[in-house]
Amino acid sequence: MTAIAFPTPDPAVLARRPEILTGLAALVPPECLIESEDERRAFETDGLTAYRQLPLAVVLPRTTEEVSAVMRYLHAEGIKVVPRGAGTSLCGGAIPQLDAVVLGTSKMNRILDIDFANRTARVEAGVTNLAITGAVSYEGFFYAPDPSSQLACTIAGNIAMNSGGAHCLKYGVTTNNVLGVRMVLADGRVVDIGGQHLDSGGLDLLGVVVGSEGQLGIVTEATVRILRAAEGAQPVLFGFASAEGAGATVAAIIGAGIIPVAMEYMDKLAIEICEAFAHAGYPLDVEAMLIIEVEGSTDEMAAQLGRIIAIARQHGVKTIKESRSATETAAIWKGRKSAFGATGRIADYICMDGTIPTGRLPEVLRRIREITEHHGLRAANVFHAGDGNLHPLILYNINDPVEQEKAEEAGNDILKLCVEVGGCLTGEHGVGIEKRDLMTCQFDSADLEQQMRVRAAFDKAWMLNPAKVFPLEGRVAA
Amino acid sequence: MLILSPANEAEAAAMVLDARAARRPMQIQGGGTRAGLGRPVEPDTILSSLGLTGITLHEPAELVIRARAGTPVREVEATLAAHGQMLPFEPMDHRALYAAIGGRTAGEPTVGGLVAVNASGPRRLAAGAVRDYLIGVRLVNGRGEVVKSGGRVMKNVTGLDLVKLECGAHGTLGLLTELTFKVLPKPEATATLVWSGLEDAPAVDALTRAIGSPFEMSGAAHIPAGADRGAARTLVRLEGFEASIESRIPRIADLLSDCGVPERLDAEAAQQLWADIGDGRSLGADPDRMVWRLSVAPTRGPEVVSRARPIILDHMYDWGGGLIWIATAADGDAGAAAIRAALAPCGGHATLVRAPYALRKVVEVFEPLAPALRSVTADIKASFDPEGLFNPGRMYEGI
Repeated sequence: MTAIAFPTPDPAVLARRPEILTGLAALVPPECLIESEDERRAFETDGLTAYRQLPLAVVLPRTTEEVSAVMRYLHAEGIKVVPRGAGTSLCGGAIPQLDAVVLGTSKMNRILDIDFANRTARVEAGVTNLAITGAVSYEGFFYAPDPSSQLACTIAGNIAMNSGGAHCLKYGVTTNNVLGVRMVLADGRVVDIGGQHLDSGGLDLLGVVVGSEGQLGIVTEATVRILRAAEGAQPVLFGFASAEGAGATVAAIIGAGIIPVAMEYMDKLAIEICEAFAHAGYPLDVEAMLIIEVEGSTDEMAAQLGRIIAIARQHGVKTIKESRSATETAAIWKGRKSAFGATGRIADYICMDGTIPTGRLPEVLRRIREITEHHGLRAANVFHAGDGNLHPLILYNINDPVEQEKAEEAGNDILKLCVEVGGCLTGEHGVGIEKRDLMTCQFDSADLEQQMRVRAAFDKAWMLNPAKVFPLEGRVAA
Repeated sequence: MLILSPANEAEAAAMVLDARAARRPMQIQGGGTRAGLGRPVEPDTILSSLGLTGITLHEPAELVIRARAGTPVREVEATLAAHGQMLPFEPMDHRALYAAIGGRTAGEPTVGGLVAVNASGPRRLAAGAVRDYLIGVRLVNGRGEVVKSGGRVMKNVTGLDLVKLECGAHGTLGLLTELTFKVLPKPEATATLVWSGLEDAPAVDALTRAIGSPFEMSGAAHIPAGADRGAARTLVRLEGFEASIESRIPRIADLLSDCGVPERLDAEAAQQLWADIGDGRSLGADPDRMVWRLSVAPTRGPEVVSRARPIILDHMYDWGGGLIWIATAADGDAGAAAIRAALAPCGGHATLVRAPYALRKVVEVFEPLAPALRSVTADIKASFDPEGLFNPGRMYEGI
């Protein structure tokens, strides 16, 4: 039933499973090794739940040294490894292979050092995104990238996917907020890249590790930037009668030299779904809504909002609703950040993640509607309007194989559209298995081969997360 | 010296194929204003980007600009300024440093050169580096192939991020042909406050408190006292809307009231001073001095200086203490061993930004690599440039 292929498992490796389990058992204590089928089931998929593959075994090391020992052993034995953070990947980045061992970071979940003066935190890679902010907020600091899954997702997964979030218009994505990593290479060697200082003394290896989807090494520790939070933040809801009005408002705000900390777009269906779940007070009588957040002192926020409201009025805004309290602010963001989960209450969905030049927004939204209607489906649109990162949620029934196929086709058509207008396949979720076979739409063979040769510089034998990112055919080594 | 100056990407690719067939290594060059940076590169052929010029895309409402590699940085900045925008990282201009020692001054910094060295100015502290704003590259690799990575949208995680690898690769991983940057609106207003007479440690402590406040510093530097420049100056810069700045100034002054009363510099003097700091002009004015740039955890700056004190002739701090400019004498290794030993306990890296040819030949200009990272670096170099055609040895011997 599935359209996305996995490599044929190596029967010799499958046959050696008992021996491999014994080898792993010698390296980690019993509570760190998952062997039984029942328990391995918990690791067979991730956020892309339409696909499942039972791993050979799951190892959950507690330290860099254990990760190194496990990697050294598996490398020597020629066993593939699929790294895993919290398993929230929406593109199948953490989906196992039958002949691979899953290496999870979940037991490495300590915050090692908080240095407010240098504005850094050093954490083990299994620490969740939100736990970093939680650990530093008492001093008024925060960790900026805020993917919607931030309650569950790990910094290891964030680094693998170069995760973004709603506030990256001002604060950037993971790659702009990580200063250093400790990483175990495919052969077990441990390297330190970066630290508490800025920029690299040699090639920017950190830059290529972030976003490498677990193909270059296993990150076990990270040093991240923490920032002092602004004095206050206020989101405002703007309802529009048309997508065009909302799109033009976004362009005009940026054109006026204003960079709000966040500008989020939701269409009518997304508004209805999220309002029913979060009761955030979203306007239900509009076609499109922007959540625009400003921050600073009370006066600064008032001044900036005054300008933004004037611009929105020039573009025919229908309703404006300012948050009046911390509770209202929380509800507004809860609605937006639970868009995926809330959608899951009414239907199964595929979440797309293409980015487009923001000037093409009205046209792309129209064509997304045409594409989904052509396949007899509906899509709810939520996205980061300031940076053009779209998240059309294509609704379908996962138990209907025909509909699943249609949904995947519609998703592929939407991503091809994003590339056609000058954008890309994925803005923050990653390629994983989901967009692997679309890579040739965005890249020529020379582009992909150069990426693969760089990949091979870290992992010559292609043992780390090998079924991901690059089409299965035409792979190259160093 | 043979200078190859392709007029377009296809010509560049053909020239690289020829060079590959002849196994003829080449120096990669733009305006030539940063030729003094890095280990000496010997080839007598130059592959120049100066024929690849022009801004190919500017969408002000999308905060994006794209230019061919040989385009002067000045042209890009002027185009942006006409729309009230800027390259947020304050590009470093190396000309003053090298002109002081009689280096080449005729050329102009190009965007390709800027990306190749990833050298950012004072705003790097708050806004990020060149590498944080570079969102797309096109290049010709050492196999004569045109390769692209990234694109024109600011959120893009499609495939490995070769954009970051190219930024700061000093031309060792290909001839850059076209670069795309994310840009930002220019701040409506700027203010610089100066406190006088602080020693290094209390100055960096004051900067740390300022940066750790909610008042958003876009620059934080300390220039110690000197015979030719009077009392020590500790500076912070605020940027944003006029009203926002006026409300922040008294609050930051209040926060640092134990450091005395700050003076507010007039706009023109402030702009010159920040450019001087960003380009290391005053510190590098004496041609007999070697110039280092160190990146450290900001609060560790003063202790690094104190450990390396015997070889330091002059120094100053930017990035809140995290960037240390150090001037040394040309004797021996120009202080390399002392500086790297001073960094060892706290981490960070040191780059010998200015030194004569002979010294750069024998001293590690860039941070020495641990063995595992050296082998990865060598393998990455080979993955782009298997024959070692581009700037061989520019960053590391044999790579």
